[in-house]
Amino acid sequence: MAIAKFVTIESTAVPLPIENVDTDQIIPARFLKATTRDGFGDNLFRDWRYDKEGNPIPDFVLNQNVYSGEILVAGKNFGSGSSREHAAWAIHDYGFKVVVSSFFADIFKNNALNNGLLPVQVSEGFLSKLFKAIEEYPATKIKVDLVNQEITLLPTGDKEQFDINSYKKECLLNGYDDIDYLLNLKDKIEEFEKSRA
Amino acid sequence: MAGKTLFDKVWDAHVVHQIEGGPDVLYIDRHLIHEVTSPQAFAGLEKRGLKVFRPQNTVATPDHNVPTINQHLAIKDELSRFQVNKLTENCEKHGITLYGLGHPYQGIVHVIGPQLGITQPGMTIVCGDSHTSTHGAFGAVAFGIGTSEVEMVLASQCIMQPKPKRMRINVEGELKEGVTAKDIILYIISKITASGGTGYFIEYAGSAIRSLSMEGRMTICNMSIECGARGGLIAPDKTTFEYIRDREFAPKGDDFDKAVEKWRTLKTDEDAVFDKELTYDTADIEPMITYGTNPGMGTNISGNIPSESDIEASNLVTYKKALKYMGFEPGQQLEGIPVDYVFVGSCTNGRIEDLRAVAEFVKGKKKADNITAWIVPGSRQVEQQAWEEGIADILEEAGFKLRQPGCSACLAMNDDKIPAGKLAVSTSNRNFEGRQGPGSRTMLASPLTAAAVAVTGKIIDPRKLL
Repeated sequence: MAIAKFVTIESTAVPLPIENVDTDQIIPARFLKATTRDGFGDNLFRDWRYDKEGNPIPDFVLNQNVYSGEILVAGKNFGSGSSREHAAWAIHDYGFKVVVSSFFADIFKNNALNNGLLPVQVSEGFLSKLFKAIEEYPATKIKVDLVNQEITLLPTGDKEQFDINSYKKECLLNGYDDIDYLLNLKDKIEEFEKSRA
Repeated sequence: MAGKTLFDKVWDAHVVHQIEGGPDVLYIDRHLIHEVTSPQAFAGLEKRGLKVFRPQNTVATPDHNVPTINQHLAIKDELSRFQVNKLTENCEKHGITLYGLGHPYQGIVHVIGPQLGITQPGMTIVCGDSHTSTHGAFGAVAFGIGTSEVEMVLASQCIMQPKPKRMRINVEGELKEGVTAKDIILYIISKITASGGTGYFIEYAGSAIRSLSMEGRMTICNMSIECGARGGLIAPDKTTFEYIRDREFAPKGDDFDKAVEKWRTLKTDEDAVFDKELTYDTADIEPMITYGTNPGMGTNISGNIPSESDIEASNLVTYKKALKYMGFEPGQQLEGIPVDYVFVGSCTNGRIEDLRAVAEFVKGKKKADNITAWIVPGSRQVEQQAWEEGIADILEEAGFKLRQPGCSACLAMNDDKIPAGKLAVSTSNRNFEGRQGPGSRTMLASPLTAAAVAVTGKIIDPRKLL
């Protein structure tokens, strides 16, 4: 079952220069009662984004009209804590296709990749450059090229390579899905089971 | 060739296939599911027209989103009821064993696995919950996964995972009075930070770890994820085998003896090499408490909140944001801070030994008037045992009430929410902003410390009352 193919993105970005953003902040537990994958974007960063009465908190970046785009740029150790995949669904459902940080929590990284949301890990130095550029000029465009594993700050041409394992890269570029791969391994899995019996 | 670590031995024995330049395809022995992270996986399976590949290897129980009072009644909240019913429906449709509400085996998924003997050394165990690392206490490779991965396991009994690096953390020496497993792990996380374990699988070793009961070891492994590690494990030994013996789903008779023979081989070879190794001395470990908004922000309860000058420059922003949220001052003394709520429970500290520790401490004392206390057993079996041992009565005499099992205020998905602005001392695992309810403030500590806070109404070093 195919997921959408990942194509090269050129977009403005939303800066979230906060470290250790845990998945409870991305999507609080009280919104995990849904039994489908849809609609989590409405509650993305709920308690940073809205006050108790449900009014938008003007200081929070998602409520600032000058910032928009398909790329979320966040501080180090993004996605720590709970394994809830709802966090990746919420970010993707909101409209982001890429999250950039200098460091991702392991489970979040897997969850993002399994949903066509690309985690791009950059150096601390490059991350600072991105934050600075976006803050100074919110219309700054960033290019994320998965084929060449390269992220570029377009106005200056500053760029950095990023890592991704070649299997996951193929999956994202072609819209392949892990379950199809595993189903093709059925014989090998059954053989493995017999060998241990 | 260098020897192998325990982690490598278990992992390598489960690799079905290696993808070049990609993750390993890992066979999963036990899959635990609950109501919150499984419905979308079943829906995905059905969309593909697939059946569960090995239903006998999956066990289900509702825990995250269940009420902890009046469990015999229908769940009031419509969405929660629908979610719990969906789990029942999915299990019935796919032939999966379910310990539903009211079943004597129901409880927090990481409490019931070990308690029923489902968790055994050398296994691979996964669950759509990051605290699956708890099962590592038995020498299993156990870790939390996302819902897409739950679907993979349901479809193929396998998962795709890049192999983590290996870290060993040794804790040597005898524990001081009043210092528990919870204090050890809070101490470790405070040293290596909330992200210091990312990319690693941790083996806990050393004389202090060996001296712990299985329940203490579970508390340690449980919080591995709080330093970012994929999981944590401890080599099985006599303590482990004796714990497993005679449990419902453990091997019996000759089969048990044969299993123990095999389990004895599950240890790190002397010449094995770790990517990182750390050693701590119990002489440095005191009762701990957290003051900030991630589990790495912990310190000695008898000390002060660190001052700005104690914090590394790169962590200063997080530190300031956390103190602002918590309403604390840099350098503030911890003891004496008034507390509103005490929560004893969760997969970290909701087991019988935890309830015993609380009961022993509060016996003959009274709950402080300013404290609302929620004491939530980790499972129906723990609850029953608490009644049988007289723990529930001791708690009631001291002004506490034992609730019914579930994850409860640890993540506040059900009605057990700490109100905005209120300060809770919790035996759970996360002190994130709003974790225990929107606007709530959490300080993590051991059950012993929580009991001391509950009877004094403020932060206090429990050793002062021992």
